[in-house]
Amino acid sequence: MNKLLFKDIDEPGLNTIDVYRRRGGYEQLRRALSMPREAVLNELLASGLRGRGGAGFAMGKKISFLPKGALDIYLCCNADESEPGTFKDRELMQKNPHMLIEGIIIAAYAAGANKSFIYIRGEYVLQADILDAAVLEAERAGFLGENILGSDHRLSLVVHRGAGAYICGEETALLDSLEGKRGNPRLKPPFPANQGLYQGPTLINNVETLATVPAIMGMGGDAYAKLGTETSTGTKLVSVSGHVKRPGNYEIELGVSSREIIYGLAGGPPEGRSVKLWFPGGSSSPVLTGDDLDLAYDFDTMAKAGSMLGSGAIIVVDDQTSVVDVAYKTAYFYRHESCGKCTPCREGTNWTVKMLERMKAGEATPMDLDIIASVCDNIIGHCLCVLGDAMAMPVGSMVAKFRDEFEEYIEARRQESYLGTADPEPELALIQGAVA
Amino acid sequence: MAEVRRFEHGSRVPGWDASVDLRKDPAGVPDPATTPVPAELRAEIEAQMAKYPDFRSAALPALAAVQRHHGWCSPEGIEQAACVMRLTPGYLTAVATFYDMFDTVPTGRNRVYVCTNISCSLRGADELCHRIEQLTADDADIQVKHFECLGACDIAPMVSVNGIYVGPVELDEVDELIDDVRNDRDPLPRKQLRLRPSADTLPMGDGQ
Ligand SMILES: Cc1cc2nc3c(=O)[nH]c(=O)nc-3n(C[C@H](O)[C@H](O)[C@H](O)COP(=O)(O)O)c2cc1C
Ligand code: SF4
Ligand code: FES
Repeated sequence: MNKLLFKDIDEPGLNTIDVYRRRGGYEQLRRALSMPREAVLNELLASGLRGRGGAGFAMGKKISFLPKGALDIYLCCNADESEPGTFKDRELMQKNPHMLIEGIIIAAYAAGANKSFIYIRGEYVLQADILDAAVLEAERAGFLGENILGSDHRLSLVVHRGAGAYICGEETALLDSLEGKRGNPRLKPPFPANQGLYQGPTLINNVETLATVPAIMGMGGDAYAKLGTETSTGTKLVSVSGHVKRPGNYEIELGVSSREIIYGLAGGPPEGRSVKLWFPGGSSSPVLTGDDLDLAYDFDTMAKAGSMLGSGAIIVVDDQTSVVDVAYKTAYFYRHESCGKCTPCREGTNWTVKMLERMKAGEATPMDLDIIASVCDNIIGHCLCVLGDAMAMPVGSMVAKFRDEFEEYIEARRQESYLGTADPEPELALIQGAVA
Repeated sequence: MAEVRRFEHGSRVPGWDASVDLRKDPAGVPDPATTPVPAELRAEIEAQMAKYPDFRSAALPALAAVQRHHGWCSPEGIEQAACVMRLTPGYLTAVATFYDMFDTVPTGRNRVYVCTNISCSLRGADELCHRIEQLTADDADIQVKHFECLGACDIAPMVSVNGIYVGPVELDEVDELIDDVRNDRDPLPRKQLRLRPSADTLPMGDGQ
């Protein structure tokens, strides 16, 4: 397979403008600027490129939703990358920042945006420094600023560093944070395409989505659409981590089998162990099991299997690990990151963690599993953003698919704890209201 | 989100968000005449404000500058930033408490973030974090925080030392790592992320 994003990714000095240009960098920008805006947009529409940040929305379509007119249009690149298990944008920005910058300039041209921002998570110090240097180089070379390459396109680009908050990856929270506020999500609609940054129309895309744009311009939208499957076109970076021999980022063509990624590329779990469960798209995606390994890795197959491709982060858990521990880590994360604005998310994540802690302490009963399931049901769809769902879906799926193991765990821990010495079946039912 | 203090049973400790003395009137925008601001800090914040269509967007960069300058987001530092930005200290404090990387209590000069999220914990992060905490328990100079996924699960279990990513960190390397931190040396240079080739380019069968 031809690599588009990871082509010669380890070439020394690729992060500098000289090496990038020597390899044909910024040529697609030149070509794009010689075309009308609509023609560039048509290429993006034809490519079928779907957003790589989680929701998988078609990028060209998002651009066409932007209102036309005299308003300032903004472009925000989402480089917050905090979805547990995801680390692809990091590698792209660190090793090939100019590809992202070129993509941003072309996308801004298609969208008619004149001000752009990269919102990068504050923990990525090295990557933000590299981006800062690259933006400076691009400005000096005349790719950013007024009259880019003699055209009427002008664009400013600011690298904005976050300060540690997962929720700022959610697009409307990102906008609030970029406006200098606490990162609370906004009510939608209005969608950012209509009222986003500073109340202006705003295009928000993930790093990988924007970095793919030069490749699409290079090969043409139609040729790009031939890669992958019909509804999941192109190539995708997958971050594979957890119990595999070769964790890391791999560029794959969408639609390859998941087994090929987990075993073929990442080497599979250590000798003698097998895959117990895996998250196909970051910790927010409902888990799949070892039986699902032959599913094709693309947006629709994952959705049909009851999960999602999400950010393309595969976390593999082997058969030596307790599912309760994984559920606990997952729930704990979302409790910590919940912004607290909606009750189902704020309280639901907290109570789920408490119940899982009870299980670990040997104080839980199987009824807690039903309560967890009901808490999860009551979160999904009832919140301002999908962070609540992002806990409810994976934890709910673990309880549903591994119920037996949860029950065994609860009983085993109960036996070990101080409750284990008590008579498990008292003569009178002690549960409230159950006394005959 | 900033750490919320909780009882053992999980509920929030009352007053966890008490950042102000409610008996006093809320502070207004600080008076430039009576609020001395270090020239360097002022220049840095003003340069940030000039970058955005709306100056308020510079709140995060300004707080980061305050933290670099004072070691933490101290009330004094926040007042200085508020003075330059013409905002109230209360506004900036509210922003600062939202984000994990801003410290609104005094803290060690060295920030060591240990990732204990899923992928890292599958590879021994909890033990690693415990070991690091033990080793630095009485070192006021080092702040150890267990952190959520830092976006480097390929080098799990990993640690960020003042922004430098290192991993995978073995338990028997912890002494050396902390020694490097204490003596202001480059932390575990051989394990730093920036030197790592992409897994995609490695020949097959090269897994550890
Ligand atoms: C809680 C939450 C966290 C998110 N985190 C990220 C993130 O870190 N990076 C990202 O690109 N998108 C993230 N998203 C998705 C964004 O809201 C948005 O859909 C995406 O940036 C759009 O870009 P795309 O169409 O190119 O994927 C997150 C969404 C939610 C609800
Ligand atoms: S769902 Fe959770 S994170 Fe999202 S807005 Fe509501 S409380 Fe905040
Ligand atoms: S889980 Fe530790 S870096 Fe992602």
